[in-house]
Amino acid sequence: MSTLSVSERDPALAHLDCELPAGEGWTYELERGAVLRIVDLHGNQAVDTLFFDAHDYANRYSAVDTLREQGSAYLGVGSRLLALDGEPLVSIIADTCGRHDTLGGACSQESNVVRYGAHTRHMHACRNTFLAQALRWGRGLDKRDLSANVNFFMNVPLTPDGGLRFADGISAPGRCVELAAERDTLVLISNCPQLNNPCNGYDPTPVQLLVWSQA
Amino acid sequence: MQTDATILDFVLPAGGSLSRVCHRASALTLTDLQGGANVCALLYRAEDPLERYCMPDTLKAQHLARLTAGVALYSDMGRVLASIVRDSCGWHDTITGHTTPALLAARWGARSYQQARNDWRQSARELLLVELAKHGLGRRDLVANVNFFTKVAIADDGELTYEMGNSSAGATVTLRFELDTLLILAATPHPLDPATEWSPRPVGVRIAPARPPAEDDPVRGACPENERGFAASEEALR
Repeated sequence: MSTLSVSERDPALAHLDCELPAGEGWTYELERGAVLRIVDLHGNQAVDTLFFDAHDYANRYSAVDTLREQGSAYLGVGSRLLALDGEPLVSIIADTCGRHDTLGGACSQESNVVRYGAHTRHMHACRNTFLAQALRWGRGLDKRDLSANVNFFMNVPLTPDGGLRFADGISAPGRCVELAAERDTLVLISNCPQLNNPCNGYDPTPVQLLVWSQA
Repeated sequence: MQTDATILDFVLPAGGSLSRVCHRASALTLTDLQGGANVCALLYRAEDPLERYCMPDTLKAQHLARLTAGVALYSDMGRVLASIVRDSCGWHDTITGHTTPALLAARWGARSYQQARNDWRQSARELLLVELAKHGLGRRDLVANVNFFTKVAIADDGELTYEMGNSSAGATVTLRFELDTLLILAATPHPLDPATEWSPRPVGVRIAPARPPAEDDPVRGACPENERGFAASEEALR
């Protein structure tokens, strides 16, 4: 899944167009048929994203079902992001990056301590953003609902001997990915604040989010 | 590993499931009795099941895409729930999930209790959810599981392929618990198992006392990340 596919969708026709700074979150209900474009404005940013069936939050994105059914460890054009019920929530319909991770998870203060040491305990982290977004959204959404996420634009290569590493990003300024909602889908984004990981060049940057209400 | 005073020793029948709190200073040994077994496993911290096995944190802390001896299983709160202290297989999958009712029906055909009595076909999803429900847990608690005895090979381009013959009769894996852990098991085929017949396998389940990890424990010392993960587990005991 490394095919690149450019979208011709016109930003002038988008009904939402906003910039999301690093370290901030965004919660949005995509109606079936809507398209979300995420633009990596400055390159090598990680955009940690959760997906839920908008009418049944327990039926959420499942990375392992998605990877197994597509037979590949990375996401790209043509990937259908499956919920626990085995049916797609969203599909990747355009992509100028080439590869997106869904095994690296979202950073948290607790995992930062494990990975980088006790001095990172109080640094900002994606799972704090997810929790703050869930609390603001309400409707019963809480930590229990934080499971597998996608890391758009992040490069986490696996190796045939069972290794995994966090590599320099393969994204670049202006690269983007487009998702079409296959059903009404709640999207939570944390624009990753990580300062300790080479994936984003130790420099978290803003991303642009656009939504077209009809495909 | 101490061998005295076995806490539990039985055969989990093919297609069977189990939920049980396994305490710190005990170890679980699973034995693939016939070869070709797959055991789906989920782990939750017994005193607060909101804290649970976290595949991404486990893999990224140790820079791994597979589980084997020397690997710690992390919770989503930065603590080590359990460690794989012995393994005759070399590769246990944790990135390709488990069977669902739809998948089972499509691949192998459904068989109801009415048709087959206790040889009915239950997917791992159904078994795991029923075991979770016994502890007040449900779909929201369902996260990526471990597939003991199964290897799904990863090619350079990311292609995933089920590997035949990863586990032979007599293969064992031993998991030592570093915190009191609610363990959920289901002995059901892996969803990518190419067998044309639905053929779950029985597994030996033995739980025995085990020494808590010493300062020079090989799993603790495998990487600086594990030193910190073990320290976090031990801090929670104080």
